[in-house]
Amino acid sequence: MKVAIVKYNAGNIHSVINGLKRLGVEAVLTDNAEELAGADKVIFPGVGEASTTMKYLRENNLDRIITGLRQPVLGICLGQQLMCRHSEEGNADCLGIFDVPVLKFQPEKHEDKVPHMGWNTIDPMDDALFKGFDRQEFVYFVHSFYVPVCQWTAAKTDYILPFSASLHKDNFYATQFHPEKSGATGERILQNFLDI
Amino acid sequence: MLAKRIIPCLDICNGRTVKGTNFVNLRDAGDPVELGKLYSQQGADELVFLDITASFEGRKTFTELVERIAAEISIPFTVGGGIHELSDVERLLKAGADKVSVNSAALKNPGLIDEIALNFGNQVCVVAIDGKQTPEGWRCFLNGGRVPTDRMLFEWAHEANERGAGEILFTSMDHDGVKQGYANEALKKLSDELTIPVIASGGAGQKEHFRDAFLLGNADAALAASVFHFGEIPIPELKQYLRGLNISIR
Repeated sequence: MKVAIVKYNAGNIHSVINGLKRLGVEAVLTDNAEELAGADKVIFPGVGEASTTMKYLRENNLDRIITGLRQPVLGICLGQQLMCRHSEEGNADCLGIFDVPVLKFQPEKHEDKVPHMGWNTIDPMDDALFKGFDRQEFVYFVHSFYVPVCQWTAAKTDYILPFSASLHKDNFYATQFHPEKSGATGERILQNFLDI
Repeated sequence: MLAKRIIPCLDICNGRTVKGTNFVNLRDAGDPVELGKLYSQQGADELVFLDITASFEGRKTFTELVERIAAEISIPFTVGGGIHELSDVERLLKAGADKVSVNSAALKNPGLIDEIALNFGNQVCVVAIDGKQTPEGWRCFLNGGRVPTDRMLFEWAHEANERGAGEILFTSMDHDGVKQGYANEALKKLSDELTIPVIASGGAGQKEHFRDAFLLGNADAALAASVFHFGEIPIPELKQYLRGLNISIR
């Protein structure tokens, strides 16, 4: 199986490469249109700021390449947010795969620290990404912006308010959390994605 | 619910863990990767690797070690020790660290916190503070509590928070190594006043001490070294105990 990771100006991409290696998969890091289109699976990871990364994606035509992909695609963290319509972070117009906005967490009390960082539970729906999940599992989050619960929500998490820990529409999958940093649970989610 | 985190801390010298461990089931307890993996399997929520090597060669060894950790361990980890400037941070993040902890370098040059936050995001920047009680109150110390500074704990923690620190790792030098519990009053004051998570460090000797750090000190995470290394408190047992008290634990 050929797995391609979208190469762009985002941090944390190597942790995804390492995570796949632990599952026995050597992924290719590329921004080449043909290579991305020809892969069996594409992963769109990222840690960074929404408006500057969107600008980079547009300048490098990666916005069109990503939205045009037909094989299973997995966005991780900032990747999930960039797959939405618009982000409050830097007032950025995003890829619009999921027609839903990305909002900034508004703390309601002192305990509501932002960024939402650490291990929190997900409530998965019946979705290929969470195949075999029969109870609440903890995964690792680091983020200050969130996707509200919507018709494409594949897993929910409650922090300040319920939000989309995962999205799915057609061939596009996404997680707000980091499966590559979520221990054995995260490995199961990555493996589920590879098995789609 | 967001879980309270349990964090084993490993001291590294020339690429090896220091302080003996008595894990009989480990091939090489001196190998930080082996030990880190074991902790990860046992349910540690995060790991901290502290480089206590001073030499230039040691720094290179540590960077290579960070690459191995990133390749083999699937939970977040923080690295600290020997970080003087932004290029050190960049080198360690490139090697695969999720967060870096800065201590004396930040005290000497507080602007380093802003630089790290601006370049890599707040969540990357853990500010470690070694505090000790003095007649004037809690004071920041350097070199393992030997050298007093002119900064007071709470005032410095606030400044670090405002400059863009993602977390405060507070070690009470009065409690460290004594195994009589964490500095819960100071922890509570930090947790109640700051807008970022606080990691308790120094003083764990029994399971109850972790409970107190979370319930009395309001800490978001508790770090310990020897109680884990010597198997005095196995992590699965600790987590079971805390879960039984209805503390949110992974």
